Amino acid sequence: MTNPKQALAQPASSPDAASGKQPGAAPGADGRGAPAGADSWRSRLYRWDMKASPYAFIAPFFLLFGAFSLVPLLYTAWYSLHDVQLSALDHQTWAGLDNYKNLLSSDFFWNALGNTFTIGVISTVPQLMAALGLAHLLNYRLRGSTVWRVVMLTPYATSVAAATLVFTLLYSWDGGMINWILHFFGVDPVNWRESDWGSQFAVSSIVIWRWTGYNALIYLAAMQAIPTDLYESAAIDGANRWQQFRHVTIPQLRPTILFTVVVSTIGATQLFGEPLLFGGVSGSKGGSEHQYQTLGLYMYDQGWIIGNLGKASAIAWSMFLILLVVAAVNLLLNRRLRKSQ
Amino acid sequence: MTTSELTLPTTAEAGPRRRRMLGAGKQLNAGPVTYVVLTVFALVSLAPLVWTAVAASRTDRRLAQTPPPLWFGGNLFRNLQSAWDEAGLGTAMLNSTFVAGMITVSTVLFSTLAGFAFAKLRFRFSNVLLLLTIGTMMIPPQLAVVPLYLWMSDLGWSNQLQTVILPSLVTAFGTFFMRQYLVQALPTELIEAARVDGASSLRIVWHVVFPAARPAMAVLGLLTFVFAWNDFLWPIIALNQQNPTVQVALNSLGTGYVPDQAVIMAGALLGTLPLLVAFLLFGKQIVGGIMQGAVKG
Repeated sequence: MTNPKQALAQPASSPDAASGKQPGAAPGADGRGAPAGADSWRSRLYRWDMKASPYAFIAPFFLLFGAFSLVPLLYTAWYSLHDVQLSALDHQTWAGLDNYKNLLSSDFFWNALGNTFTIGVISTVPQLMAALGLAHLLNYRLRGSTVWRVVMLTPYATSVAAATLVFTLLYSWDGGMINWILHFFGVDPVNWRESDWGSQFAVSSIVIWRWTGYNALIYLAAMQAIPTDLYESAAIDGANRWQQFRHVTIPQLRPTILFTVVVSTIGATQLFGEPLLFGGVSGSKGGSEHQYQTLGLYMYDQGWIIGNLGKASAIAWSMFLILLVVAAVNLLLNRRLRKSQ
Repeated sequence: MTTSELTLPTTAEAGPRRRRMLGAGKQLNAGPVTYVVLTVFALVSLAPLVWTAVAASRTDRRLAQTPPPLWFGGNLFRNLQSAWDEAGLGTAMLNSTFVAGMITVSTVLFSTLAGFAFAKLRFRFSNVLLLLTIGTMMIPPQLAVVPLYLWMSDLGWSNQLQTVILPSLVTAFGTFFMRQYLVQALPTELIEAARVDGASSLRIVWHVVFPAARPAMAVLGLLTFVFAWNDFLWPIIALNQQNPTVQVALNSLGTGYVPDQAVIMAGALLGTLPLLVAFLLFGKQIVGGIMQGAVKG
């Protein structure tokens, strides 16, 4: 900034100055030198501030985020290629793909993968459908609408641990509230702890209870953003309220639904606390027959109960790869949706 | 519901009137059926929590009998006392308050700074960095715990609170949340005007950005506090019953540390109580925050 200014101030001093080639030639030659110097110091500071401050503002975030999220991600990959035992942390030896081969030939890994999938489906599908219905109801003009919304969200305030402890007691074999209620409908008591489907359903129900209200609020927000004239023209075309819901609300919510499906899938892939505490004393096994041992639980069991941190890292990276596939599928679906619209 | 179905097949003269009614169709008054179904949802949401208090006021023996108790007994304070002392819930509540408090302050502060930079400042790689932030928002905690565990044991920090504070000081969600809010809540002209007046970036942050961001900072603070208070996987790996957070103490309870169901329920109740109080006081803001994040996310 200083150079052109000086060049303008002394147009005749030399031909070079006009073209800005000799920036230092003239300062102090007249009375304007001193203020120009102060100006340049200030403007330099100003420009430095403009340039550097964005980086200064994002630095704390990226330093902390990088150090405790991104770098560990890579280190986990590194450890997954090593033999790392909890009992001998200093003796880490290169193991190549042994941990992964080990996993692929382990029945428990495939069992955990299958359980993660089934529990994921049982917990996500009913949850999101219930959330959609609930959002639709919350979208009516209600007395005390805020109170309703807060009430639906209270399970979200309950931690995984607290909720699971309570549900475990509710699901107990004898004396449990749920079997007692079922008895009124003539249903025989279900062994929620030991049976395959029973235990998976019980674990899923905790997830459903905690997250339905949260997802309903997300749908509600999206519903409120749908332009009303869409409903008007649908009504003029003779659509009844169910048809409006089916042909206006659902298509308009499609991106939001896709978003919640992705988020729920991510949550389901890392499901851990619910099955751990549902299992009680030997929780990391996921039941006597490993019937509700999820991938997250299997990783914790291998890493911190068995003590094989290398294998635990490999399990973690398998989870990551699964999520990458999910993300890719989501991207494809998104693109196709956009094309079809 | 019925009214709108009935008005549908009317003739064209009723057009304008019908249009107005249906235009407001989305905000139709809720009928009795809606209230009934919502009440069922509300009961399912609240019943387990209320029943926790019922069970916490009983004895272990009573809880093993059929039918299960449906109303309060007289043992609430004894059980709360046991949970507080024997199960370490007292220490745990103090620890969790400190841990969640530190995490909240740091997340809100750093997210606001970074969110402001992403929303309003131009710098190289800003798009790439923002995409990176969004893309990594969903990496499960499992991908970090093995290295974190190895580092923390190298540092000799096992069982100390900084092990659970440090890795959670910022979240990608927080930065993205603040960025989305500031993009539209903070007028760019305001920053430019401050610049013309010669304000440095720090002064702008203090006098322009923070005041504009305050509502979102409050909401992010609440969400972060809930998240930090309920965080489970890393705390149970890093800490044990000697120096627990609430979730670690509850985990110990669940794995038979104190084999008394009534005390366990008292523990679950105590550990949830602070958040329930927060929901009672700030429920509206928390609901608003989740809905806000949803629309823009």
